[in-house]
Amino acid sequence: MQLKGKRVIAIGEREGVPGPSLKALAESAGAEVVFAVTQCFV
Amino acid sequence: MDLDDQASVNRLAETNGTDNMIVLLGQPDPDSTVLFAETVTRGDPTWAGPLAGVPLGLPVYHILEPDIKQQMDATLYDEHVGLMELSANVDEIVEEVRAYRST
Amino acid sequence: MITPALLHASYALAHVPDVVRYGSKPTRELARDAALCEQLSAALRTWEAALAYPPNQVFIGNLSPERLAARARPWSAEPLAEARPVGPFGRMVDQITFYGLLKLADDFDLVVLDEDIAASARAAVQALQPNRLMQRVDRIVGVPAEQLERLASSEHGLPLFHAGRRVGFMRSAHDQDASLGADILLENLAGKATAALALSEALVHGPIAPEQVDYLLNTGEEAVGDRYQRGGGSLSKAAGEVVGCINATGSDIKAFCSAPVHGLIIAASLVQAGLFRHVVVIGGGSLAKLGMKFLGHLKSGVPIMEDVLASMAFVVGPANGQDPVFRLDSVGRHTIQASSAPPMLYQALVLDPLTRVGLKMTDIDRYAVELHNPEITLPAGSGDVPLTNYRTLAALAVKRHEIERSAIDDFVSQRGMPGFAPTQGHIPAGVPYLGHARRALRAAELQRIMVVAKGSLFLGRMTQLSDGMSFILERDPSAGDHPVQTPT
Repeated sequence: MQLKGKRVIAIGEREGVPGPSLKALAESAGAEVVFAVTQCFV
Repeated sequence: MDLDDQASVNRLAETNGTDNMIVLLGQPDPDSTVLFAETVTRGDPTWAGPLAGVPLGLPVYHILEPDIKQQMDATLYDEHVGLMELSANVDEIVEEVRAYRST
Repeated sequence: MITPALLHASYALAHVPDVVRYGSKPTRELARDAALCEQLSAALRTWEAALAYPPNQVFIGNLSPERLAARARPWSAEPLAEARPVGPFGRMVDQITFYGLLKLADDFDLVVLDEDIAASARAAVQALQPNRLMQRVDRIVGVPAEQLERLASSEHGLPLFHAGRRVGFMRSAHDQDASLGADILLENLAGKATAALALSEALVHGPIAPEQVDYLLNTGEEAVGDRYQRGGGSLSKAAGEVVGCINATGSDIKAFCSAPVHGLIIAASLVQAGLFRHVVVIGGGSLAKLGMKFLGHLKSGVPIMEDVLASMAFVVGPANGQDPVFRLDSVGRHTIQASSAPPMLYQALVLDPLTRVGLKMTDIDRYAVELHNPEITLPAGSGDVPLTNYRTLAALAVKRHEIERSAIDDFVSQRGMPGFAPTQGHIPAGVPYLGHARRALRAAELQRIMVVAKGSLFLGRMTQLSDGMSFILERDPSAGDHPVQTPT
């Protein structure tokens, strides 16, 4: 799967990789991030 | 998955279609990976949110998958994901998320 | 310069099964599907079960985190035979006592109790000896059943239940102001009442009398105020008034789950600066988080374990040669420019402060991170939060070449601990360990610990930022090698 050109929904987690980090990483691969969020379970 | 976030994902899928759209996850363990992968493919397994009974069928990937990693900036990846690569059960997480793409 | 020390740590748990329905998640789910009510009721724990639940006994100090780690899981399957409601760091109270505390903390006649229940509640509060609540115990009075019935049918409010039966009523204070609705007032009053209980414990068993408290910092997650200043706050003074801290002033600190650690650092700073001699940091229970993961618990066939309101009180004052001291030269902070990704978060919260004072990660004997009880989070698919955090810390030590990759598990078991705190937001954020830490540091079993808290600021939709604070607590250098026993 090529990330480049994809529209990405990024669902991060506080204890893992948060949304803003996923967004930056996906963009570094040429993807367009249409939604990025961080989940906190607690 | 947070109910407002489910609504946002649902809205995105409804208004713009799911063509060329993927979901990228960043959960640190297999259980929560499954929860989110399930929500964006088959629907909210807790039956509490807007995605309950809504099988979006979005292709879902995890940031720890090697194919994903190699497409990203290596320095940035190490900064943001480096520790989780060391601490998480990478194989199990990758296996779980892949299962949601093959069905 | 005055060296600030942790002079006391107190905790309390109020078991409130009939209030679980008013947690945020149950309220929403029961409104959607009324049939869930019966399932929820059937999965609630008895007082005896909640009392003997090993993590709860760790919370009040009757069992050490190390002993908990050695017990078979699930912990709920093996109650602690020697469980007691009173522990070295605090106590557990039952629902009747909680209703009594709610009534004695009520300054606006918001809580109306049935007269029989009120009599039981008054007796229950009187039985909590010693305490600092007796000056208000006469407020715990009720009304005849007919009057309660009339009120409930004519006014806006929420019924209060005990053993499934309506025994009281929480009134709204304004019919157009959501901030003064019965649901919000119950949440706030529960926070005040439980904070007052923990504060009472700290003032009974700690080294200072109520009159000696100079400043109170409340760090709970409630938002006290009316429509013009929602979240206006100062539950600190409200709780202090209940237990007779007549010479204290105070304020609230808002920083999501990391507020207690911010509070402790500010308290230590106020003491070190000489501005106030004794500062007490408090936090009441979070009613909104009762039953937060009950759907996962029902699905997994386990009891609903988010049935307790937790609270805490920490007395900070000048070092006395026995109690552990705060290292304010190595406070960790998560700045606005710092990323919330764990590697950078831990750089800011753990590595930077250690480096500043020339310490290695392995110089910290024990880390206290988010201590959420995994038995509550795992059935809901939310993972084992403390374990994830400890593994991340260990991975950081690997990256720093302080330990081998093969030693990750050892790092986790030696320098970590199992989560034992109820998922009450600000409560689990490192600070539940302070009672155990104070005891172990006084006894010279440990030299130095680090408390690391994180806050999810993004939940409020005002920023994407996270937050975090950390501090090191260590044996008082002037104590030498002499162990000091902590009275139990």
